[in-house]
Amino acid sequence: MANKWEATAFKSPMSRVGGLGSAHSGVHHWLHQKITALANIPLVLWAIWSVMTLAAAGASYDIVRGFFAQPINGILMILFLLSVFYHAALGLQVVIEDYMHSEKMKMLSLIAVKLCLFALTVASVFSVLKLSL
Amino acid sequence: MSTNQANRPLSPHIQVWKWTLTMAMSILHRVSGIALALGLLMIVWMVVAAASGQESYETFLWFATSLFGQLLLFGWTGAVYYHLCSGIRHLLMDAGYLMTIPQAEKAGKVIFIVSIAMTLATWGVLKLSSGEM
Repeated sequence: MANKWEATAFKSPMSRVGGLGSAHSGVHHWLHQKITALANIPLVLWAIWSVMTLAAAGASYDIVRGFFAQPINGILMILFLLSVFYHAALGLQVVIEDYMHSEKMKMLSLIAVKLCLFALTVASVFSVLKLSL
Repeated sequence: MSTNQANRPLSPHIQVWKWTLTMAMSILHRVSGIALALGLLMIVWMVVAAASGQESYETFLWFATSLFGQLLLFGWTGAVYYHLCSGIRHLLMDAGYLMTIPQAEKAGKVIFIVSIAMTLATWGVLKLSSGEM
């Protein structure tokens, strides 16, 4: 073991017998959940405002093309998608970890959800780029 | 230790708790988060359809403006505003504010009222500006 204290002190008998040690991730997950939450506040409000503006104008195909032809809208939409999808991945991970009690099912669900969210992120960001460029 | 496992006290499960406001707030935050993750599919559909051409976008628009589509969007609007307000409360709690139970309950009432008001205001403005009301 790398650290002297890991062998004896500060470890409960339960922890020692489990032999699992530190997960080496710490507060990383929590912190990213909070940072994306902060970023989501202005981005979600912008997205709601944009959908309202588009809907009020009739939301026709040409209107939507015109909206994404503006670079600022393409940029904000991609930022919105990345921040929201990452936030959703972190949130759904916690939900799965809380309720899936079989280790196998938990791992499979986590992989499935994360792969799906990643594929949806790529699909939507690609679409925004195609609309904008 | 293992022989005593069956006699260990169990934590009370969801059916035997008396409902409290803070409990409802917490559960609703998670439920709205899951609903919003599903709602991302609608956003992905919108941008992918728009990038695929007029015909596929018209199909999306037909669904989004149908009664079922509008009900879904109304529900997601409520979920967005609740999750947003409740999320801001979580960020404030991380910063050390609103930590007492009376403060939490007061914040909860404000969150419920604000998210319902913002949902109704959004749809009021939407329907008025698109000339449906």
